[in-house]
Formats: sequence, C-alpha cells, structure tokens
Amino acid sequence: MMKVVEGSYAVAHAAMCCSPDVVSAYPITPQTHIVEHLSQLVADGELRAEFLTVDSEFSALSVLVGVSAAGGRSYSSTTSQGLALMYEVLYNVSGMRLPIVMTVANRALSAPLNIWNDQQDSIGARDVGWIQLYSENVQEAVDTTVQAYKIAESLEIMTPVMVCMDGFILTHVYEPVELLDKEQVADFLPPYRPTDILDPQNPKTFGAFADPSTYTEFRYLQYEAHLKALSKIENVAKEYAEVFGRDFGGLLDAYQADDAEIIIVTMGSVVGTIKEAIDGLRAEGTKVGLVKIRSYRPFPAQALMKELKNADVIAVIEKDICVGNEAALLTDIKAAFYNSNLRMPIIGFAAGLGGRDITIKDIRKAVEKASAARKGIESQFEFLTLRKEIL
Amino acid sequence: MNPNELGTYAKNTWCPGCGNFSIFNAVRAVLAELNYDGTPIDNVVLVSGIGCHAKIVDYLNVNSFYSIHGRTLPVAMGIKLGNPDLNVICFSGDGDCLAEGLDHLIFAAKRNIDLTLILHNNRVYGLTTGQYTPTSPKGFKGKSTPLGTEEFPINPLELMIASGATFIARGYSHGIDLLKRLFREAILHKGFSFVDVLQVCVSYFNMYEVYNKRVYEVKSSDLGNFEEALKLIRSWNYNDSESPIPLGKFYEIEAPQFDRLFPGYEPHSVDTDAMIKDVLDNLI
Repeated sequence: MMKVVEGSYAVAHAAMCCSPDVVSAYPITPQTHIVEHLSQLVADGELRAEFLTVDSEFSALSVLVGVSAAGGRSYSSTTSQGLALMYEVLYNVSGMRLPIVMTVANRALSAPLNIWNDQQDSIGARDVGWIQLYSENVQEAVDTTVQAYKIAESLEIMTPVMVCMDGFILTHVYEPVELLDKEQVADFLPPYRPTDILDPQNPKTFGAFADPSTYTEFRYLQYEAHLKALSKIENVAKEYAEVFGRDFGGLLDAYQADDAEIIIVTMGSVVGTIKEAIDGLRAEGTKVGLVKIRSYRPFPAQALMKELKNADVIAVIEKDICVGNEAALLTDIKAAFYNSNLRMPIIGFAAGLGGRDITIKDIRKAVEKASAARKGIESQFEFLTLRKEIL
Repeated sequence: MNPNELGTYAKNTWCPGCGNFSIFNAVRAVLAELNYDGTPIDNVVLVSGIGCHAKIVDYLNVNSFYSIHGRTLPVAMGIKLGNPDLNVICFSGDGDCLAEGLDHLIFAAKRNIDLTLILHNNRVYGLTTGQYTPTSPKGFKGKSTPLGTEEFPINPLELMIASGATFIARGYSHGIDLLKRLFREAILHKGFSFVDVLQVCVSYFNMYEVYNKRVYEVKSSDLGNFEEALKLIRSWNYNDSESPIPLGKFYEIEAPQFDRLFPGYEPHSVDTDAMIKDVLDNLI
C-alpha cells in the first residue's frame, strides 16, 4: 500500500514486518522517531515483541547480544554518538556471529557538536565486521531492512547488518512509500533458525577466550563470510525484486553509466541530487554517469571494476573525512584498482559534512574538476564546498 | 559585577516557561555575587553534558566546556585535578548523569572531589522531545513508553548520600531565592556538592501544579546527621503522588577531598622571552 509517511515510520514499520522478538534502543536525534514509532507499534499490539527501553546505547546493543544468542530475532537503531558508544559491543556482535539488524540514521560526530547528517559515524565503524548497506531513499531503507535480515541470518553468513540511511534527509522526510505487507514479508523471510544458540539441553558458550592458536581462524571465518555475502546480497536483492517488484540494485546500482566518460561514485541520499545533475549535464552533451554503492562492507571491488572500466575518469563524492589521509570510499576504490589494468584518474571529494547541503551546483563543480583531471590536471582529493572565507 | 554582564549573544532556544531559566538566572546572580567575595569569575569553569540543560554554557559568558552525553563529570574531574585552584561547576541532566553517566556520578561522590553538580532534573528527555528517564515516575507515559514505564525511579539524593557526597540539597525551578542560596553554599562547600533541582519541563512533563502543592522548605539544624538526612531524603521517593516534597539543604559534612590528595601543583607562567634570551646568550 502506497502511503505518504515519515521515513522513520516507514523504517519502523518495515522492522515490525520482520517480526523481531526484541527491540531495544535509546533515543538520540535524528533516530528518535524510529524508536518512538516502534514502541507505539508494540503498544498498539501490531508488533508482538518485547520493547526494551534502556539507559544507553551500550546497554541497548548489549541486550540484543543476549537476545540473539538465546535464539531471538532482534532490532535496534542508533546514530552518531550512540553508535560510537556501542563500539565495543559492535565487535562482540560480529565476532559472536549474531545476525542483529540495526538502522543507522547517519549523523556527524562531536566535536564540534552537530546533529545533522553525514556518514562519519558508520564509516568510522567500517572495520567492526558488520555488513553495511546504504540507502538512497526511504523506500530503499524499507526494502533493505527486510533484505538485511535475510542476508544476516543465512547460515553461511551469520553476520550483523547496519542499514544506513541519512539522518533527517531520510528519517524526517515525508514521501510516498510502499509499506510492506507483514504476511508477504513472512513468506520472503523465513523464521530465524540459528544452529548455535544458548540452549540448556545442548550447552554452548559465546565469546569464549581464543588464544593465539585459534584467534586468527575466528577472524578468517568472518572475512570469508563477508566474501560469501557479496553474492548473497546480489541474490537476495534479485529475489526481493521478484517478490516485491522493486529493485534498488544489489551490491551497487548504476545510472547513465554505460557510455559515461565521467562516472561519479557515491552512497546514500545524495544519489537523487546527482541523478538530477546528470540529467542536466547530459542535456548539455556531457557524458556523465553514476554508480551508487549499496554495500560498502563487504566492499564490491569486482563489481565496481566491471561497472567503471570504461570510464575516462572517476569522481568519488562522500560524506566522511579520514583526517590524516583522505576519505574512506576514495581510498577503497583506489586500492581495489591498483592491481588491475585500469588506469583512469580517480579523484575524490569530501562533501555534505555536518549537514551542509550538496547542491546540483556542487555536483557540477565536481564534474568540472573531473574533466580537468581527465586532461591531466589532477587534484586528487579536496573538500568540495569549503568556506575559505571563515577559516 | 552586574549579573547581566555574564550574558552572551547566543540565541536562547529553551521553551518559554522552561525551568532552566531559573537555574540560569540563579547561577548568573551567584557567580556575579561571588566575584565580589573572593571567587574571581576567571577562576570559574562551567562544564555541561548533552541535553537541554547543556545549552546553559552557551548563555553564560564564563569559561566553559560543552562535553558529550553523560561525560560531564570525568571532564570536570580532569579540569579540577589539572588545576585544583579552579572552581568547577557542572550542569547535568537526569538522562545525562543518571543514565549514561551514572558510574561517573557515583565515583565523583565516592572521591569527594571538590566540584559542584547541579542536576537539571526535569524527569523527561526534553531535547529528544519526551521519553522517560531514570527519575520518571513508574507508569510514565512518554513517547518511548506509550503504555507507561514498568520501572521505579532512582532517588538521586539517596544514591548520593550512600556514595559519599558531602553536600546534598534540593531546589525547585519555581523558587529562585532558594536556588541562589543553595547554589552559593554548594559552590563554597569544600568537597562534592550535589544540588538536585526539580526543573520543570513545560513542554513534555509539566509538574508545576503538582510541585506547587507539595513542596516545602526544611531548615535542618543537624546537617551532619546521616540518619536524619537519609530519613528526609527518603520521605519522597520520586514516585508516590502523596508525600510532601522537601526542599533545602539536607546534608553537609567535611571529609578529605580527592583533589587535595595529590602533591601540590602550582600552575606557573613560563617566561619564554627569558628562556630564548638564555639560549641565545649561551650560544654566544
């Protein structure tokens, strides 16, 4: 049923359709409405789950560790400082192979204090062993939530998933969304049936000591699960498209990329603005295209190379900054291409930090820089919209 | 010093009628007053957490540190140990120091470090617009608990007396004269001072009517009596809807301060010109 709803409601509704046994979360802007909608759905009897309000994000995710280890399906959502506070538990969850799904309403980190959108929070948690899927709009965040459970709970994967959606831009927007049908989701998403749970009849332990003789192998198995997830994410997206009729791509998606000389690579809600900019540039005869990364972890190196191989130049636009080097996605793409025979210039821009708008004009500026790079005038990495006058 | 001199140009974004205005005005008046009485304003540092309360440091033209959620006290402890001569005043909310930062609160009291903590206790998460907190009454219907909470509230004063705080008081945002007295005494007290302020959130948990009917001021003559103070503190448990709510200073004792247990540290200004001259002289 297509309805105009708030992004947070749509995502809470999607989480409900996945029938989690326990939801635990702590309010923090701009994620708060997701928590509120879920607690209301529980209160109204629409979601038959335990909703646990707790004292911090650290507690919220710790509660879910217990739930998941006991064999329950669980859901949480957080953002920014909340995700940072969870950091220790994030590793526990992935290391214990607990398939928790969590929405991250992407927001900038303090200091200076800022509640607006960028993706520094989840990018900062890039190496914690969770799968990270980024959403272009509310509908994609909804659909990805269901896909996330299917991916996470596959016995060959058993890896937690963060569904990332830009804070405020997607959490607070009202737009038409196809809300899911609970029964249809139940058909698509089988009940959670893990093989390893805390069961008094068959005692096992979670998080036990692994000394140097076995620790590496635990990490290897996680690494291997992420490799397997590359095809799983593709397959689940295809399967989802067949059942629900919507396709936002698997590992990535492309727009006007086939004959593009300049290809922009990005993640999240800025995709919409970039598509607009591309339509304008195409009308003027500039062959620009877009590749949207859905799965940032596992990193789709092969799929990206396939999609980008014919470009003359690649411009990465991302909402994070790795102070001390450049920005995360740019480094990852360059690293992936180094051992290939692809030798086009790859340039990058940090943009939209702390909620600054990325406008069509800004995209055009990035494309101009990319054109210059194509002619050999290289600026490898820069801040796209830097207010030099206030420095 | 005129208290108005301690204002800033920052636009105030508290809701009209917010209890934070009383705390702000009382603190501002006390700081201006103390500036005459031998606590120079330049020696004062304000520390806040995250929440509506935290904006107070934006509105007071005093040295300040806007920390992160729950971490008001560790930052303040660091400042105090770094320079024990500073007068450190902390502002914290009930979500800030009774949920995410609860462990720090217990340790600050246990150590009896010479800080003042003013608790903006509105018993609701105001900045995230209306969820229950550790001091909300059982059954509180907030946006995260539409059916009402199942938990009993914490009595922060009981926690503080058990943890070792050496100054314990309670004020009310509708009663600025008492707030001024309590803040002044708390700041001048040597050791960990805890002032719980029933700070009403007009938007999400308006308790003015309830509090107005039930608060009364106590004047204890035996402030060092632990048992008496505990009895007073327990006479209202933040949950029942009948008991009178005592306000005032409940407990004050002297005890060794954590910040005085370390070898004296005298901050001194380094005469860099003399050092450079010395190096140059020795080169030649």
